[in-house]
Amino acid sequence: MASVELKNIVKRYKSQTVLDDLSLTVADGETLVLFGPSGAGKTVLLRLVAGVIDPDEGRILIGGEDMTDVDAEFRGVGMAFQNFALFPHMSAFENIATPLEAKRSSHGAIKGGVDSVAKLLKIGHVLSHKPRALSNGQKQRTALARALVGSPPVLLLDDPLRNVDAKLRFEMRLELPRLLADRGATVIYVTQDYKEAMALGDRIAVMSQGVIRQLGTPEQIYREPANIEIARLFGDPTINLLDVKPQRDARGIYVGLSNVQVHLAGAPEAAIGRDCVIGLRPETLHFVAESEPGAIPVTVEAETPLNEKIVTLVRTVRGREILVSRPSGTPGQSGGKAHLAVNAKSALLFDHASGERIGSKNIVSLRNGEAA
Amino acid sequence: MEHTSLLERVLRGIALTLVVVFFMFPIVWIFMMSFQTNEMILRIPPQLVFEPTLANYTALITGKLQTAAGTLDIAFMRNLWNSIFLSVTSVAVALLLGVPAAYAFARHKFRGSEDIAFTLLSFRFAPALLVLLPLTLYFQKLGLANTYFGLIWVYQLICLPLILWIVRGYFEDIPADIEYAYRIAGHSWFATFRKIALPLAGPGIAAAGLLAFIFAWNNFVFALVLASADKQPVTVGALAFITSSGIQYGQISAAIVLSITPTLALALYAQRYLVEGLSLGAVKG
Repeated sequence: MASVELKNIVKRYKSQTVLDDLSLTVADGETLVLFGPSGAGKTVLLRLVAGVIDPDEGRILIGGEDMTDVDAEFRGVGMAFQNFALFPHMSAFENIATPLEAKRSSHGAIKGGVDSVAKLLKIGHVLSHKPRALSNGQKQRTALARALVGSPPVLLLDDPLRNVDAKLRFEMRLELPRLLADRGATVIYVTQDYKEAMALGDRIAVMSQGVIRQLGTPEQIYREPANIEIARLFGDPTINLLDVKPQRDARGIYVGLSNVQVHLAGAPEAAIGRDCVIGLRPETLHFVAESEPGAIPVTVEAETPLNEKIVTLVRTVRGREILVSRPSGTPGQSGGKAHLAVNAKSALLFDHASGERIGSKNIVSLRNGEAA
Repeated sequence: MEHTSLLERVLRGIALTLVVVFFMFPIVWIFMMSFQTNEMILRIPPQLVFEPTLANYTALITGKLQTAAGTLDIAFMRNLWNSIFLSVTSVAVALLLGVPAAYAFARHKFRGSEDIAFTLLSFRFAPALLVLLPLTLYFQKLGLANTYFGLIWVYQLICLPLILWIVRGYFEDIPADIEYAYRIAGHSWFATFRKIALPLAGPGIAAAGLLAFIFAWNNFVFALVLASADKQPVTVGALAFITSSGIQYGQISAAIVLSITPTLALALYAQRYLVEGLSLGAVKG
């Protein structure tokens, strides 16, 4: 078993800094999701751990052992690539068998190992096929099987569901956590899909521009995003963001939304009088009666049923658009005038200029000498 | 395709025939000449119908050339053997040296790697005649003139850059991830080169080898200057057919037919690899 530890990693390509003084520890048996837009440095990070590229600065420890200068074949990691990277001249069986061959396993052991992992991933019937004869889903499973077969203590999965169709992606999103938990391996999983990140990660590291912007449990990332960008990346429909300037009166801190004073219980003092952006998750907004205190008058513009939920687009008196989400089958407003209530506890306040969430305690800034 | 009219098909047929005739005519004519005597060939107007003779081939194979001035010794079979030996060995050496070098250039960008690769390519820019004079002097000093070893060495000027640059492109086309995947699976870089890079670039290597073979086979000027009679390939040996009693067109034609046969056979055999090598569909996606 092995933890993975990255210490002050710097990676540059020509003059471009891809990873900027990045440190990260993945505990033994943990599944860490690296999440972020393309070009954030996720894949580079994974390849550094795998040992196929070398960092310019910093150390990489696997299981407490310094592996920075150790070649890829001796690191004991398994990796599945986004583009599958199957060996086109070998059958699926031979592809999956390569890690076992490297260990000089006996013929029988190879056969047994490949068959059991193939059965697990339901590709037993296509083992004799060459990669070009496999569907995308089968390719993806073959690549995954190849990464799993040697039972490596560290598993690196580079967006393995990126190139498969939506249905399979959904299935695999359900299957993978169990599969990974059964293996007991330390997993670093790269994805650009927030749902995948939420479903698979024990912790999520949100990356952009070579820096980890926030590191936390899926719950933390969703409820307490470090900045506007992260708040926007997680959640569907996207979080509503409105410019506000919090004030204080006798009842506490409030913001003005469509000429209605909405009191925010527990809002940070630091926000008072500052130009802020308030973040309201669509599912925390509710249609209420006009008489309700703090009810905001809106006009319903459009309603979109999305299977398990209904998303309503409404417009405020000032013309700002807001998305409201509610579970299917619950009563709502499908047109005309309506009133919204804000769940004050779940409202998020961000600084308008910097985009950082005001009062966030768990911001992980791993960049030296610069406040996040 | 069903929409093409009759006229269109006829025109296309004619166009294709014209192209084929244009390109094949010299070869067909040479092939026909090889079965004719010099008198038949030089007859005006030339005749399409003639009585074929194997005299030219007999002369080449026995090495006795009958001319008006008497019997001449012709070392054609020896030349043919020299051609085969020189070309095959040169290509083998060039593959042995060039393929690993191409891999290094493709995968490991080191300081000056582009410059070295370009220098190797630049051997192909220099006019051979310009290189030959100093080369001849050096070879005579070193005792390499008129040896197979020396010739094969010089032939590397032809084969090595060709193989290096073509094969390098094929190695570069193999996604690096495929090789990374094999390394991560626990194999050494050498195993990766042998089991992944070589098989995947195989069609490209075959194509480059074939091309290098053809270039080596067709080389004239290096062998003309650096080799004496017993080491000369067919390209130089063919000069012997220009005799004091005239040019022996029949024998030249027969010699050409015999000397293009190996390359033609090789090309036909390797056609599959060439097409596969040029499309390289197996690696992508």
